Amino acid sequence: MALQEQTLPLPGVAPARTSHRPDHLLVAEMVESGSRVLDVGCGEGDLLQLLESRGIDGRGIELSREGVNRCVAKGLAVVQGDADTDLVNYPDDAFDYVILSQTLQATRQPKAVLENLLRIGHRAIVSFPNFGFWKMRLQLLIGGHMPRTENLPATWYDTPNIHFCTIKDFVQLCDEIHVKMERAVALDLYGRPVPLNLPWWVWNMFGEQGVFLLSRGGKGR
Amino acid sequence: MTKVQSIKTPSIQGEDRAHEADHPSSPVAKFGTDQPLKLDCGIDLAPFQIAYQTYGELNAERSNAILVCHALTGDQHVNNVHPVTGKPGWWETMVGPGRPLDTSRYFIICSNVLGGCMGSTGPASLNPTTGKVWGLDFPIITIPDMVRAQAMLIDRLGIETLFAVVGGSMGGMQAVQWAAAYPERVFSTLAIACSTRHSAQNIAFHELGRQAVMADPDWRSGSYVDQGTHPHRGLAVARMAAHITYLSDAALHRKFGRRMQDRELPTFSFDADFQVESYLRYQGSSFVERFDANSYLYLTRAMDYFDIAADHDGVLAEAFRDIETRFCVVSFTSDWLFPTSEARALVHALNASSARVSFAEIETDKGHDAFLLDVPEFFDISRAFLHSAGKARGLGDAGT
Repeated sequence: MALQEQTLPLPGVAPARTSHRPDHLLVAEMVESGSRVLDVGCGEGDLLQLLESRGIDGRGIELSREGVNRCVAKGLAVVQGDADTDLVNYPDDAFDYVILSQTLQATRQPKAVLENLLRIGHRAIVSFPNFGFWKMRLQLLIGGHMPRTENLPATWYDTPNIHFCTIKDFVQLCDEIHVKMERAVALDLYGRPVPLNLPWWVWNMFGEQGVFLLSRGGKGR
Repeated sequence: MTKVQSIKTPSIQGEDRAHEADHPSSPVAKFGTDQPLKLDCGIDLAPFQIAYQTYGELNAERSNAILVCHALTGDQHVNNVHPVTGKPGWWETMVGPGRPLDTSRYFIICSNVLGGCMGSTGPASLNPTTGKVWGLDFPIITIPDMVRAQAMLIDRLGIETLFAVVGGSMGGMQAVQWAAAYPERVFSTLAIACSTRHSAQNIAFHELGRQAVMADPDWRSGSYVDQGTHPHRGLAVARMAAHITYLSDAALHRKFGRRMQDRELPTFSFDADFQVESYLRYQGSSFVERFDANSYLYLTRAMDYFDIAADHDGVLAEAFRDIETRFCVVSFTSDWLFPTSEARALVHALNASSARVSFAEIETDKGHDAFLLDVPEFFDISRAFLHSAGKARGLGDAGT
């Protein structure tokens, strides 16, 4: 596991005021400047704008037509497309990084998508909501219903998120398909990194989302 | 809506139109026998001329020029009163001060296509070797031929690299062809409601139109000018059929429904009882006043032959290998002539070439013609695409 060097805000002190989402800032920090990036499921282009402001050549794919058109109207290079079906149209090694931000759980074939990310890009950055987060567990255990949170407000019958996983599950998948985890960060409910020196089960319990920097050629099992 | 009982004979008998074909109101770039145009059919065309209009000012760096490519029946009169019809320019919604193609920022060029009838050499022009109108002696031309001629015009204007090439429909085909043929001369491409190859259905519609023209006895095997006729009935029918393909079921229903034209009850005749019939007849008869029938044959044929992938061993992505041109591809949901699937094929090829491409499908019921109409979302996207490309190109806010 590589280092994560961010300084932690003091408990009770609000995170630094910024218009950018904490996970976007973390992702942007993982990308080397001057590189070429594909953001899969780029939404309305907030992350792409952040990346471009840092001199990164960014492209996007977005499923919703409204999202695409807003991105294009912002001057971003975004095409309408589906992570499950359209990634195959990209050649090998086309990008330095391929980002899948809060989208993995909404794909039909997360494993195939993950493999495609690392075929198209030398590295992949994947962030996803952690279904092992204590609040999720508590709702299922005590409430007896499918969890709903501020960030995931949809009900079970109208959610686009059909493939939730925990941080532990994701790490297992990475091992299975020989993906190397260069860096892993769990963010808590306030977007602050969970301290690194704590064991995995703490991450899986207190991480509201996981952000992973991946590359090819992991050890496998 | 003008009430038209039948397809009427043109009021001005095409005299203005015929005059424009050789002596246009627009500036003309003439190319002599020392500068022949090498056509795909193997013929060197010389001499020939290209008529064009410009709007705005070319900056000192010569870096703000946009070439607008017109569609099948368009011409170079983008943003000025048309010399034959007296109507406003065909893309006034898109081109002008403060418009997406901002004339206070960019230098806009639009030329009449090779094979057209508004001043560029085509079948309606005089053949210098015979002293007669070319007619069917004019060689068959292609979209790449049109682009080659435009490139010679751009050379003549002293412009090395175009900031953008913009076009819809047949104009979009030219815009994409520009990028494929001269990637180093095109900084950005805005391709609207188009495809990289003409579909079987589209070829079929064009064949219908051509057969309508040729079935008119006044066509006279293409030599109607020499014989003092014009196949206005056939050309009007061709236009009527084509016009339906430019609209959509929903747009026709919204505009006309089953409403009657100036009457309450059906006449039990073949008169234009329905508004939609009257509208189509008007479209047909007004078209023949400004367009040459042979030109219509040649230009539809050029579109039919268009297939960029075929010129690259069947692999479309090969046409754009390592291209640095920025692309924006736009399609419209109700366009069934150049549907979104065609645009997506282009986008996939550009993705495979790792080109910088944006692709937006715009929701509208206005059909293929949407690119000529007031569709604010389309304007926003076009403006933003050009603006961000302008920043990358180093164009200042004033453009000059």
